Amino acid sequence: MATGHEHTVKAFDDDIAQLRALISQMGGLAEQAIANAILALQRDDAELATVVREADRAIDAIEAEAERLAVRIIALRAPMANDLREVVAALKIAGVIERIGDYAKNIAKRVPLIVSETRIDPISTLPAMARMAREMVHQALDAFAARDAEAAVRVCESDRALDDYYDSIFRTLLTHMIENPTTISQVAHLMFVAKNLERIGDHATNVAEMVYFAATGIKLTDRGANAA
Amino acid sequence: MNEQAKITARNVSVFYGANRAIDDVSIDIDRDNVTAFIGPSGCGKSTFLRALNRMNDTVANARVTGEIRLDGEDIYAPEMDVVQLRARVGMVFQKPNPFPKSIYENVAYGPRIHGLAAGKSQLDAIVERSLRRAGLWDEVKDRLADSGTTLSGGQQQRLCIARAIAVDPEVILMDEPCSALDPVATARIEELIHELKGRYAIVIVTHNMQQAARVSQCTAFFHLGALIEYGSTSDIFTNPREPRTRDYITGRYG
Repeated sequence: MATGHEHTVKAFDDDIAQLRALISQMGGLAEQAIANAILALQRDDAELATVVREADRAIDAIEAEAERLAVRIIALRAPMANDLREVVAALKIAGVIERIGDYAKNIAKRVPLIVSETRIDPISTLPAMARMAREMVHQALDAFAARDAEAAVRVCESDRALDDYYDSIFRTLLTHMIENPTTISQVAHLMFVAKNLERIGDHATNVAEMVYFAATGIKLTDRGANAA
Repeated sequence: MNEQAKITARNVSVFYGANRAIDDVSIDIDRDNVTAFIGPSGCGKSTFLRALNRMNDTVANARVTGEIRLDGEDIYAPEMDVVQLRARVGMVFQKPNPFPKSIYENVAYGPRIHGLAAGKSQLDAIVERSLRRAGLWDEVKDRLADSGTTLSGGQQQRLCIARAIAVDPEVILMDEPCSALDPVATARIEELIHELKGRYAIVIVTHNMQQAARVSQCTAFFHLGALIEYGSTSDIFTNPREPRTRDYITGRYG
């Protein structure tokens, strides 16, 4: 919710801008981690998988910094109304992005476990799902940057498509396991990868819900109830 | 009429000479809650507060139009006894202003002139009860004969609250009651307001946003003599409807 003008105390604006920059920075790293994790999986690239794990530490560090800053703003500036909602939302969004980073790391950790034998065919279905999940994270962060409630609603709506994709991949992997029992241990890992991507979509939805709340003061989940 | 409303103001305007300080304000003041008036300096909140017990009568050139009712009774009606009205609608001011008399006399004065006590022992009981309610009794019970002006600022303000309570009012108006007090004395007054809530309808004018948020359940935001937004304190401070309210409480005003 851009108000069009600044706080009388300019340092307050600086603090909030800094908090928002940290969230955007974290989000960028998380998006990159998702992309790298899937690429590492596709290419059987252990080095790239290590990069993802290191990036997760960077994400954790920024989360801690964002938390410190948010607490300081609350203590020193006593934000009100939209400012308060924005700081609280940023605090929660930082926690959610940290979780997204964890899922990317979890995918990367499976890379060495799937390398051993001949690469399995179903792996080819995952990058498209990963792109969808990553796009949701990207859109949620764009909505955050623009304080755009309508864009946030679109992110929430797109979660359904990702869930459908997950169901379809789940069935494909299951069929593959039935037909090729020797690949079960490999494909089980891919199932977890798909599940992680599905969870990333849920977390992107959480981010979008908080963006909506910060912008409007209304819980997105209550919006439907009020409209009905 | 709203059953919960202790005071109903309709289309109230207040003029100082040709200058309109309050412009067509309508508001219901809840009987069981604390209502905070907030707004930038000169917005008219104190003027409006003072209209609620006709304190503006004492200001030359001041004129009030519209209607203010206390439990349905028009307080500007010719038959209204202003002295009686101010006993029913008490006031606590920005600077503590005890009478230059003993602590006891500060509290006893009102009940005595309003004939609320039949004798010395009843008056003693009223003084003790009022000082207890004001959270001052334990500090002054052994020095009731000392002058009220020997107390600290915070104690003096609680003495003024005890004085307002002593005549058993229905409404207490507070005009920035903590602006001259330190944080600890302020916290004691806020705690006191919390304890008095429900017994009296309380209206407080404050420049301290945090204080308004802490002590009140309803908040009215005034700007340039107009009532801009009135609602639950929780809504006003987390999700105000009016951009002007939002800009003021978030520190973006002007």
